[in-house]
Amino acid sequence: MKVRRWTRTSKLFTGGTGVVALLLASVPLAFSPDIVQKTTTLLILVLLAAMWNALAGYGGLLSVGQQAFIGLGAYGTVFFAGFGMPPYIAMVVALVVTGSLSIPISLFALRLRAAQFAIGMWVIAEVASIAVRLDQDLGAGTGISLSQLYQYDPNYRQAYTFWLALAFTVVFLAALFFLLRSPLGASLQAIRDDEDAARSLGVRVAARKRLLFVLAGFGCAAAGVLIVANTLFIEPGSVFSVQWSAYMIFMVLVGGLGTFEGPILGAILLFAIQTTFTQGGPWYLVGLGATAALFALLLPRGLWGTIEERLGLRLLPVGYQVVDKK
Amino acid sequence: MTVANAILQGIFLGAFYAVLACGLSLMFGVMRIINLAHGDVAVLGAYVVLVIVQSTGLSPLVAFVIALPAMIAFGYVLQLTVLQRALKAGILTPLLATFGLSIVIQNLLLLRFSPDVHSLGASAGALTTESWNVFGSITISALGLVVLAVALVVFAALHLFLSRTRPGWRMRATAEDPDAAELIGIDSRHVYARATAIAVAIAGLGGLFLAIRSVFDPVSGPTQLIFAFEAVVIGGMGSLWGTLLGGLALGVAQTLGAQLNPEYAALSGHLLFLAVLILRFGGVNLARFGARA
Repeated sequence: MKVRRWTRTSKLFTGGTGVVALLLASVPLAFSPDIVQKTTTLLILVLLAAMWNALAGYGGLLSVGQQAFIGLGAYGTVFFAGFGMPPYIAMVVALVVTGSLSIPISLFALRLRAAQFAIGMWVIAEVASIAVRLDQDLGAGTGISLSQLYQYDPNYRQAYTFWLALAFTVVFLAALFFLLRSPLGASLQAIRDDEDAARSLGVRVAARKRLLFVLAGFGCAAAGVLIVANTLFIEPGSVFSVQWSAYMIFMVLVGGLGTFEGPILGAILLFAIQTTFTQGGPWYLVGLGATAALFALLLPRGLWGTIEERLGLRLLPVGYQVVDKK
Repeated sequence: MTVANAILQGIFLGAFYAVLACGLSLMFGVMRIINLAHGDVAVLGAYVVLVIVQSTGLSPLVAFVIALPAMIAFGYVLQLTVLQRALKAGILTPLLATFGLSIVIQNLLLLRFSPDVHSLGASAGALTTESWNVFGSITISALGLVVLAVALVVFAALHLFLSRTRPGWRMRATAEDPDAAELIGIDSRHVYARATAIAVAIAGLGGLFLAIRSVFDPVSGPTQLIFAFEAVVIGGMGSLWGTLLGGLALGVAQTLGAQLNPEYAALSGHLLFLAVLILRFGGVNLARFGARA
């Protein structure tokens, strides 16, 4: 018997991921702004899916209120840009400030169990949304645009936003990847598999969950920042919408809850569905909701989890495998 | 005086929230699950009543009685097909499955009924128009009184059902320990399906009141769910009478907040909910925080 982490496939694939990131970086140089904007949307979905999976897949924390951080990140950007900061600096400041809000929120949110946590987070998102609606300077209920970005030529603006999205996505996914591979990661995966058993072995469950919650808070705030940079206009009804949670749940459940690669696959699938059914509409959402529910009931490990199980395939290894020594 | 009136109106509003929350509380008490589609089920009930009223011209209350068997059957089937399977798969699966169901119900309603808002206020006749000015600025509306009376009857009936009848005993036994209940010959699947059927029927009643007292559209469900859940938590999860009190407290908080500024209505309810959570969980744990971390 031998314990291994890397296989030849996973080495190739992890190296390949680096190459893909480099190739992606050249997208704005080679493609039209329309394609650049669409790819930015894909990156935002990947980031959101990975962060929701960090919470639910590894921390067992099912939140239907992560749109709180999305909305705060987006409105934070408009707020700080309003102070005369250069818009791209305002984005970073907004990310740090609104992401940090996850620390005080975690102090009490993490005391809640299952449904209380899920709906408690939703109520926090509602409170944040109402607070924005009450603020005339932020456009109240009608929305506001990040007009400071108009000073850039559209092609450059789209490229800068894309690179920022790529940087955020790479940083957050890499942070999660190395976190899961570290000794800390072993305890996180233990919590995923059985929280009580992990606690009895001396894992500091509360502290680990807080780490994931704060990471996801920053990640979702980053996604919010990118959304306002990508669309230039936001309104509380859309950035604080519970629909974001629906998307995140769909991507993670279909891709594979508690797997590293699954949510990325789920994000690509959702993006493909969104580009195919550009009209959106109720049937598309009926399909998303029904698919998410069916995956939760019938295929709880999602597409990637099932592939992993059947083929023993690991592309971005965060765990270990036991193999027979030949 | 206006504050006294606001509190009274808050009690009427809170009775409505208590009806919405009653089924949610029952399902949590019996199965330890929260149905995230509960608000959408209530709105679905409102649409069923709307269809009956529009096609027959009957009063909404009579239409609700006609719709009741369908709602009960829907709850029973929902449990046997979706929730039963979710229940066995861990604590997160029921939330995920019912969240998916919530999106499905909302968008099927959108497809069938368009995003237009509807109300049954006009077809309820004198019930919505009648009100009495009792004393100073204090007014009592017929609708408020009816909702309050119905809420009390629903909670009392459910209490009697659980404490005095055989099916009620079986339900409590199953809630206490499903495995032990199975051992003495109680079919937990049947008990759970019965609980969900009751919950869906009461949610439909909540939907009827929603439709009569204000307007609704296909995406009204999530807001109703949040209010209902807040009522359950404020009253203490797992306590039936607590849910009634929680609903009343939520209603009063909302109308008092609206006294300051109409836009503060929902906000003050949310803040009461968060304050209760912090006091119940945060306060205790802040003391322990140093020791645990």
